Amino acid sequence: MLYINCPHCGMRSQNEFSYGGDASVKRPELNKEVSDQEWDNFVYNRKSLRGKHLELWQHISGCRQWIKVERDTATHEIFRTFKADEEFA
Amino acid sequence: MTQAFRIENGGLINRDKKLSFKFNGKTYFGYEGDTLASALLANGVHLVGRSFKYHRPRGFFGAGVDEPYAVVQLYRNGETEPNIKATEQELFEGLEAKSVNCWPSVNFDIGAINNFLRIFLPAGFYYKTFMWPKSFWYRIYEPFIRKAAGLGVASTKHDKERYEHKYEHCDLLIAGSGPSGLAGAYAAAKNGAKVILAEDKPRFGGSLLTSDVNIGNQSGKDWAEGIIAELKTMPNVVVKNRSQIFGYYDHNMLVMSEKVSDHLPSTKKYHPNKRLWYIRAKEVLISSGSIERPIVFGNNDTPGVMLSSAAKEYLKVYGVLVGRKPLVFTNNDSGYETAIEFKKHGVDPVVLDSRKNPDSEIIDEANNLGINIKNSYVVVAAQGYKKVKSADIASISEDKKQLGKIENIQCDCICVSGFWTPTIHLASQSGNKTKFKEEIDAFVPGQSKQNEITLGAANGEFSLEETLKTSFTAGSELSKKITENDNKIAIPNVVEKKSSQHDKFWCVPLPKGKSYKRFLDFQNDVAVSDVEIALREGYRSIEHVKRYTTLGMATDQGKTSNLNGLQLVSEIENKVVPAVGHTTFRPPYTPVSIGAIVGREVGKHSKPTRKSPMHSWHEKNNAVFVDAGVWLRPRYYRRGNENLFEGSKREAKNVRTNVGVCDVTTLGKIDIKGPDAAELLNRVYTNAWLKLPVGKARYGVMLREDGIVMDDGTTTRISENHYHMTTTTAQAANVLSHLEYYLQLVWPELNVNVVSTTEQWAGAAIAGPKSRDLLQKLFPNSDVSNEGLPFMGYMEGDLFGVKARIYRISFSGELAYEVNVESDYGNFMWEKIIEVGEEFNIQPYGTEALSTLRIEMGHVAGSELDGRTIPFDNALEGLVSKKKDFIGKRSLQRSAFIAEDRQRIVGVVPLDKQTSIPEGSHLVKDDKAPLPNPKLGHISASCWSVEYDNPFSLAILKDGKNMIGQKLFAMSPLKNKVIPVEIVSSHYVDPKGERVRS
Ligand SMILES: [Zn+2]
Repeated sequence: MLYINCPHCGMRSQNEFSYGGDASVKRPELNKEVSDQEWDNFVYNRKSLRGKHLELWQHISGCRQWIKVERDTATHEIFRTFKADEEFA
Repeated sequence: MTQAFRIENGGLINRDKKLSFKFNGKTYFGYEGDTLASALLANGVHLVGRSFKYHRPRGFFGAGVDEPYAVVQLYRNGETEPNIKATEQELFEGLEAKSVNCWPSVNFDIGAINNFLRIFLPAGFYYKTFMWPKSFWYRIYEPFIRKAAGLGVASTKHDKERYEHKYEHCDLLIAGSGPSGLAGAYAAAKNGAKVILAEDKPRFGGSLLTSDVNIGNQSGKDWAEGIIAELKTMPNVVVKNRSQIFGYYDHNMLVMSEKVSDHLPSTKKYHPNKRLWYIRAKEVLISSGSIERPIVFGNNDTPGVMLSSAAKEYLKVYGVLVGRKPLVFTNNDSGYETAIEFKKHGVDPVVLDSRKNPDSEIIDEANNLGINIKNSYVVVAAQGYKKVKSADIASISEDKKQLGKIENIQCDCICVSGFWTPTIHLASQSGNKTKFKEEIDAFVPGQSKQNEITLGAANGEFSLEETLKTSFTAGSELSKKITENDNKIAIPNVVEKKSSQHDKFWCVPLPKGKSYKRFLDFQNDVAVSDVEIALREGYRSIEHVKRYTTLGMATDQGKTSNLNGLQLVSEIENKVVPAVGHTTFRPPYTPVSIGAIVGREVGKHSKPTRKSPMHSWHEKNNAVFVDAGVWLRPRYYRRGNENLFEGSKREAKNVRTNVGVCDVTTLGKIDIKGPDAAELLNRVYTNAWLKLPVGKARYGVMLREDGIVMDDGTTTRISENHYHMTTTTAQAANVLSHLEYYLQLVWPELNVNVVSTTEQWAGAAIAGPKSRDLLQKLFPNSDVSNEGLPFMGYMEGDLFGVKARIYRISFSGELAYEVNVESDYGNFMWEKIIEVGEEFNIQPYGTEALSTLRIEMGHVAGSELDGRTIPFDNALEGLVSKKKDFIGKRSLQRSAFIAEDRQRIVGVVPLDKQTSIPEGSHLVKDDKAPLPNPKLGHISASCWSVEYDNPFSLAILKDGKNMIGQKLFAMSPLKNKVIPVEIVSSHYVDPKGERVRS
């Protein structure tokens, strides 16, 4: 079971969180013309990386905040966590 | 029965407490502190089972967790449990056990015929042979294999025992209480670290209980006892025996199974049988020791052949002789320690050492005691069927290829030592890449992967002095990092005998003209010849060889067999062992009872149960409940002998003619506040929300980004910047997360807060033509006329002194209202509605009537919003704004979603107006068409229309828009039904929606 450092609450076990997928996906702006390809990339197409992956988790049984987690998908190592509004380098 | 093989004195058992037990129906005696294995051996019982494949007689091979054979069916306190190792099961008064794998009995076993037919049962036999003809598999092969095989029978009764889960954090977790674990724990504890020390056996001390060493001028055993006694007094230390750490998971989470009650005749009141510990450790010290490995020779599975360390343990811990004429067969000094113990107890062993000129302190001692030692000698084969009677032995050439003349010597047991294999399972599970250590012919942990360090024998370090030094230091260093204390511990003096190098020899060659079976894996009956066949047939990867031959599988997971298997593969393949590599070590290290894994989450505790504030009223009024997610909801309120069909029909009919009340507390409720609340709703819902006035409700549909309907419900504008959203019962949690996602990540600029208020409000839906009259009596001071409170209107009211929210919304399609009060007043509200409603013939109605009412109105619910439908499919396209953008809108342009013959909701009526259509039935054009019959749609929900008194269903049907009036067939192969049907409008009752506005 992963041990995730919620930037709001501290170290918490994985069973307090739910997974939210790739955090690098940006929703196209509202009311903007979007090509089929752009929309498909947003809704469906994911890289399914092996290695470092920036992803979303929600601390559903805690502060309910969505957070960003940088995790290795092969080893489960977690490198850093961020608040929703924090930018990452 | 006398305990003929129990020595007069000695051992760690309690001779004052004699215990009786039964094995295969026969009564024996043992002592407190025995295992079932040691007690049976004390009584001279060596035959405990039959082997898995050939049903050869099987005895005891080890004395603990490594035991591959002695798996029994245990009977305790009216319960039975399979797959119990006799070497781990502690004896208690009245214990009963039976052999497994034998039919009809352990002494006469029909399956043993396989042994004589073994030419037919080589590796892969099952894969190759039990294939054809196909029909033979379930008729003949499988029943035969099932009857003849298996490791016991699981109970089919409900398990009365209780199991607990416990979550724990610690600074240092230590797996194993041998010298290394004790030293590490002691040093860390002295630095104030929070320490958990786990030992799988009942007694602490590991190898110190049986080895002839001195630590700080005490025997190893006394030193261990002293350390444990001191650790137990320290508040920062948890010391647990009978506790096996069986898995090392991500981020230093380890799981331990504590046997709380298995050693007792019955579990004490309020005690669990087992306790599963989930431990998050800052640092982990793996001191799991090592397991002696066998040397492979002919018939090496005969009862009486066992590990030399096991023979020593039976003698030193339990005071039991495993034989009176022992033969010790060794390639290292460990065998001599066992021989010396025998000699000290007046038994004369013969030692066969495969080495030519071994020389060490231990060997000197054996010589001085006058033990008969034969160098460059090996056991070629054990003789005897149900018990070792003698051994064929021979000298062996230095290259280990040529055997000398075969001699036969009498013996009643063969104690074998092929050196030691470190127990690296936990380290490997942590992700540690193991490395092969040439000097000990075994794998040891490599670079630490998580916060784990492996020390002592588990790390291939067999010198006690070195082990204590490194372990005290590690305990100090690891704890210093955490507590910043640095209390120096003086490392005690150690007196131990120095060993000489072991012989890199593991398998005795077959003598000319002999075809003895030489077993590698005792639990699975895998012999040298099986691995040879697998390799000959082209299997190369050790993982494939394992699966083809079953080497290293089943409950012992190859604890004694893995390395010898690797040696064999490397020899045949002409590769070095590290190049062959080992199979993956996966948790659990030992079998874990399913009960322990499940814990308290059984029966009604397997999920939480949510009840509305009106639950007790429902109970008192004969409600029959149904699970709705985690909620319990009344399905109908039974009157007299009514069944579900009759009761729900009565309730639904009463709503259509008078008035009914339904508990709708379970609906999800979300409070939405902030200046941008309307903007949020406008983006989340498909329809327009910016112009909803205060005091009005609106129905809305929300989509996922892929265009699929996520949920529907009404949202009411309570005040300028305050909205009350309702969701379906099932989607409440998902919708909240969905809103939080957009507010926190996508549109953080929106100034809105959302919070769940599902538990804060109790809700009652009042529906039926008389509902307004009832409402007026409930709220005499409010104007609830059609003008004062029009359809989709909202007002606050005073319900006999309780503040209430009144929404004029309808799910039933009738004139209807929903009244909410704070949860604590829920029951008060409900009782008032029933009381005041009496004159209007009010009846409560449950979920079944609720479904009927919505189905015949064509209102969609979860069975239509099933994660596969878009608004059009549900006839909701009128709610999809063309002007504004919203979540999922862009997806609605996908070609499949705008196809001409897109699926759509329709109504379905059976032509005979009698036969109810099973939900899930497929709609087809031709009921006689060959399979697979093209499916046009499916029945999503069915009811008995109380309006028309005939069955009515909703369906999602291809090209549904143009299918009205067509005749199709509803087919349910599950219910074996073919029903001719007509397609009608989904709005079966009141298609213009006049009633809700009346
Ligand atoms: Zn948090």
